[in-house]
Amino acid sequence: MSKQRSFNVTDLPGFTTIAILAFLALYAPILTLVVYSFNDASSITVWGGFSLRWYEIAWQNTAVKEATLRSLIIATSASVIATTVATLAALGTTRTAPFKGQTAIYAMINQPLMVPEIVTAVALLIFFGIIKKATDYLGLGYLIAAHAAFCVPFAYLPIRARLEGMDLSLETAAADLYANRWMTLRRITLPLLAPGIAAGAMLAFVISLDDVVITEFVKTGGQETLPTYMLGQMRRAISPEVNAISTGLLALTVLLLTAFFLLTRRRD
Amino acid sequence: MAEGTAVEAIDIVKQFGQGDHVVRALDHVSVAIKTGEFFTLLGPSGCGKTTLLRLIAGFEAPSAGQIVLEGADVTALAPNQRPVNTVFQSYALFPHLSVAQNVSFGLEMLGRPRAEITATTERMLALVRMETLANRKTSQLSGGQQQRVALARALAPQPKVLLLDEPLSALDLQLRKEMQGELKRLQRETGITFIFVTHDQEEALTMSDRIAVMRAGHILQVGSPREIYTEPTNRFVASFIGETNFLKGTMVDDTQVALPGGEVLAVAVGAQAAGTQAAGMHAGQSVDLAIRPEQIRILPANSPDTIAGIVSGSVYFGTDTHCNITLNGTEGAQIVVRLQSPVSGSAGLDVGASVGVAFNPGALRVIGA
Repeated sequence: MSKQRSFNVTDLPGFTTIAILAFLALYAPILTLVVYSFNDASSITVWGGFSLRWYEIAWQNTAVKEATLRSLIIATSASVIATTVATLAALGTTRTAPFKGQTAIYAMINQPLMVPEIVTAVALLIFFGIIKKATDYLGLGYLIAAHAAFCVPFAYLPIRARLEGMDLSLETAAADLYANRWMTLRRITLPLLAPGIAAGAMLAFVISLDDVVITEFVKTGGQETLPTYMLGQMRRAISPEVNAISTGLLALTVLLLTAFFLLTRRRD
Repeated sequence: MAEGTAVEAIDIVKQFGQGDHVVRALDHVSVAIKTGEFFTLLGPSGCGKTTLLRLIAGFEAPSAGQIVLEGADVTALAPNQRPVNTVFQSYALFPHLSVAQNVSFGLEMLGRPRAEITATTERMLALVRMETLANRKTSQLSGGQQQRVALARALAPQPKVLLLDEPLSALDLQLRKEMQGELKRLQRETGITFIFVTHDQEEALTMSDRIAVMRAGHILQVGSPREIYTEPTNRFVASFIGETNFLKGTMVDDTQVALPGGEVLAVAVGAQAAGTQAAGMHAGQSVDLAIRPEQIRILPANSPDTIAGIVSGSVYFGTDTHCNITLNGTEGAQIVVRLQSPVSGSAGLDVGASVGVAFNPGALRVIGA
């Protein structure tokens, strides 16, 4: 009697070995980074015992504090703007009859995912350069605008997915029950969309927090964000302080992404 | 009940699509629905019944024609400006709101005072017997309970007309029977005009004051369940509502039709005869005859005033036994006769037996060819 069975990839010889190797390749470097952030020695390759001194040093470093604050301001502003734009874009592309050029519109909204980041960075450097010269404004606005722009698709995708999964008859029912368009949006569509919006905002926040390339090109002198500050540090002597900062950033990101997955997971 | 017109659809045309792909869902449909009646739009899927309902609700705009609600032309009004409410096939309950919040939604949108909203919501929940579940989320309800909430929600703003789009189709048989009774009760107690869409002819017959039978974008016949069943004006209505036998014949005069074998049968007289005259039927014309399976009696062979036939089969249905008989002189036409099943044994008709078949007087109807 042979049991009928279907193909299962885990039965292939070497599957477990390859899987372990793949996970090691993914996580061993990060694990090393985290472990060495607790190193007491000044070297990032020689273990000198457990200590929190690099966290303390990073915490007392004014430059780090300033860069962190700047990063948070930019990420918060950019994700709020990007999420607002993305919500409007998602409503505009799902709550309409199919129209000609719909695919082209999707492509345009998702442009930042496709255009090489370095190209956008150079383009923004030149474009903002002209504006800086013309207006003499040198504030954080450029970084916020640039971050908001490339965060739009990251916010747009989860929001659109949620909207497309929504039962259209709910909005029809609201209209039937005397709600005008604004009330339908406020009382029915937005509350049901909220998990998608929150997920989109979190994704946008993390993407902004992490950006180096565009930031490096757009920032005015002295406007270091956490990633560009770290990059600057790496160019000089490498100290485990960078490990400590990275670990902090990693913790924040993991926290936000966990929240993202919990929000987008289907509950019903 | 006040005799007035609640809703009137005047010469409605509804087309979907553009260019070469135009589909005409409704083709010059006119119908008047009386105030306070339980009116059913009945037809197979794709006949345009749901489209007509959506036009009355305002979810779609007609390509041509007018929708008049209690004397006012509402054709150009948005759904939220029409005093009609809908019970959706999928219920469309708001998943993020509680049962009570769902029911009060329409009243809130109308800007009613808080005290009135609370009172009406409680009254509606009591009306559909859901008062104990007022604070539940709608996802925690069974299908039948969701159905009740959908009804309460649509009735709460006290609409002039309640539109019901196949609301019972998602329920299992037993619950459906229960909700049919419930709907009739709600309609009696509220006095609101109900327009009910269904493809289930039995549901339509048992619940409606009047039925409009639709097919392919047209209303074929409007009448009480009894009229629709006993006096169908065309072949589709006769076959869609209940089971019907069709026979071919030739008009002899206004009251008699000859079968191909020469037998002459009396057909319904009175209004029916007037109808055939109006339809321009004349002696010698070929017509279709319709007769319901329960209006046929089976007698011993060679009984007077019967047509001879041979039993070709029988099917047991519990309360009824359906007997197939091949009639002589009808070019091999088979008819179905519905007999009440006897307490024990079979109906006593063996396949191959010769019998005489008699049609109840007045039950044989001329449908036209």
